[in-house]
Amino acid sequence: MEIENPLPVDISRQELINLKQKAITIRKKIVKMLYLAGSGHTGGSLSIVEILVSLYFKVMKYDPRNPQWEERDRLILSKGHAAPALYAVLSEAGFFSEEDLWTLRKLGSHLQGHPDSKATPGVEISTGSLGQGLGIANGLALGLKLKKSSSRVYVILGDGEMQEGMVWEAAMASGHYRLDNLCAILDNNNLQIDGKVSDIMSIYPIEDKLRAFGWNVLTIDGHDFESILSALKIAEKTKGKPTFIVAKTVKGKGVSIFENKVKYHGVAPNEEEYRIAMEELKQQEEELRKYG
Amino acid sequence: MDRVATRDAYGEALVELGEKYSNIVVLDADLSGSTRTSKFARKFPERFFNMGVAEQNMMVTAAGFALAGFIPYVSTFAIFATGRAWEPIRQSIAYSNINVKIVASHAGITVGEDGGSHQSIEDIALMRVIPNMYVFVPADAVETKKIIKKIMEIDGPCYVRTGRSKVPVIFDNSYEFTPGKGKIVREGKDVAIIATGIEVYESLKAAEILEKKGISALVVNMSSIKPIDRELIEEVAERTGKIVTVEEHSIYGGLGSAVSEVIGETKPVPVKIIGIRDRFGISGKAEELVRYFKLDTESIAREVESFLSRIND
Repeated sequence: MEIENPLPVDISRQELINLKQKAITIRKKIVKMLYLAGSGHTGGSLSIVEILVSLYFKVMKYDPRNPQWEERDRLILSKGHAAPALYAVLSEAGFFSEEDLWTLRKLGSHLQGHPDSKATPGVEISTGSLGQGLGIANGLALGLKLKKSSSRVYVILGDGEMQEGMVWEAAMASGHYRLDNLCAILDNNNLQIDGKVSDIMSIYPIEDKLRAFGWNVLTIDGHDFESILSALKIAEKTKGKPTFIVAKTVKGKGVSIFENKVKYHGVAPNEEEYRIAMEELKQQEEELRKYG
Repeated sequence: MDRVATRDAYGEALVELGEKYSNIVVLDADLSGSTRTSKFARKFPERFFNMGVAEQNMMVTAAGFALAGFIPYVSTFAIFATGRAWEPIRQSIAYSNINVKIVASHAGITVGEDGGSHQSIEDIALMRVIPNMYVFVPADAVETKKIIKKIMEIDGPCYVRTGRSKVPVIFDNSYEFTPGKGKIVREGKDVAIIATGIEVYESLKAAEILEKKGISALVVNMSSIKPIDRELIEEVAERTGKIVTVEEHSIYGGLGSAVSEVIGETKPVPVKIIGIRDRFGISGKAEELVRYFKLDTESIAREVESFLSRIND
């Protein structure tokens, strides 16, 4: 899972601790949101926390007071069911208040079950029906190139989602148009609703397929900040082709009772699970404070 | 009378728009010669994107272009645009109310020889049912150009239906198109024929035949299917008491349904829906198929006559 030629990441020890703390904070918010909502996608929200934290608190340009700022970088959450993770990060970044998070999925909430760009500031486009985000990202990347904009486009895909035919239509187009302002990140936790991705409909070898489609492909540990940041840096420096980061992740990451359990794809924590999860995340926080 | 295919008018209008506005981009799925987007492609190659034979991905890519601030015009055959790519249009264009203009060619049975697989008789229904979507069906080349330019002013997704075959030009350049408005193109008092697309011309000719038989038929061009002109439908229902709708589309879900939905609520009068009666198209020459499916002048006149005699019995 190591990148062959990693680019050194310029990050201090304290900054790294801050990112790790941010990840725990986000996880606590995700778990609380889902518990209060009583439904939603726990596993796949928890598995993309480090990816989103890296993008929103270290890499991407944006202005929460002006969500439509022309020069911002764009993120498309193609795996829209991980909306709780995106909402927690957007709120943490200042797009809307923390209080709003506790209204998730409720009637009248501006936080819909799946991302809705008409309802939520910071959401670029509505997603939820799988397979469409990469093509949208292609259009954005092509449009930004045409405008000679230096903004970059990021798209997060699920591994079950890679079974959608549209993903491959889009992957072909990204390679064809040499979209080096585009970076796709695969949340490769190897679980989908009905079981293991490798059992249900194998997508492997995923790297070879994408290389054949004209992508620069990197495989990393999707929970290790230095690997993620190094890969994103390589993506930015790679010219003439788009970069695809296969992030090896753990579904339900950070809460032992949810980790690698297929059941928690689309199930929210009950009261007991909520208590256990918050306790574990609190312990992680204390350990981080003690040992860094 | 000049005969021009509405797809040809589209190709010309696109070039005119491209010259005027630098924020227009055009996407096609390997049918640019047939949809006539090739004219734009030759003139503005940097703003034309061929997406290959991948209509679903073309639609969501267009959504991405719109997010970057462009106005994308997206074209392929009507069945692939609205059928193959229906759910991507719903999710990635309409749900977020993204400013994408879908202009499909080869709608209806006048596709001709290619046969049923390529003849879209469902597209109006498929697009009309999606929230936020505008649906326009031009009657001739003049109206096509007016619509293609008008939709620039609408901030939201639009579907425009054009055809393959050459059809008579019935309007002159002074014709104005207004979204949400139909137009009475012939006055009458015994029956109102509300038609759309190429059936407007056939209905006008049918009204001439009916006149000789002592039946005075009012004809409406209902090019704006969504939003539909409720006021005008209610007005002609009140004035004539009988409505016939005519479309080159299934009798389910298209113009006939849209008109019935309006008058069923407010001005119930008998409605005869003329269209394709729950079946697929077949190969043949366009004009042969128009007669075969009873969408020609004489068939319309006959249908109107028998509809009126049934009601009057």
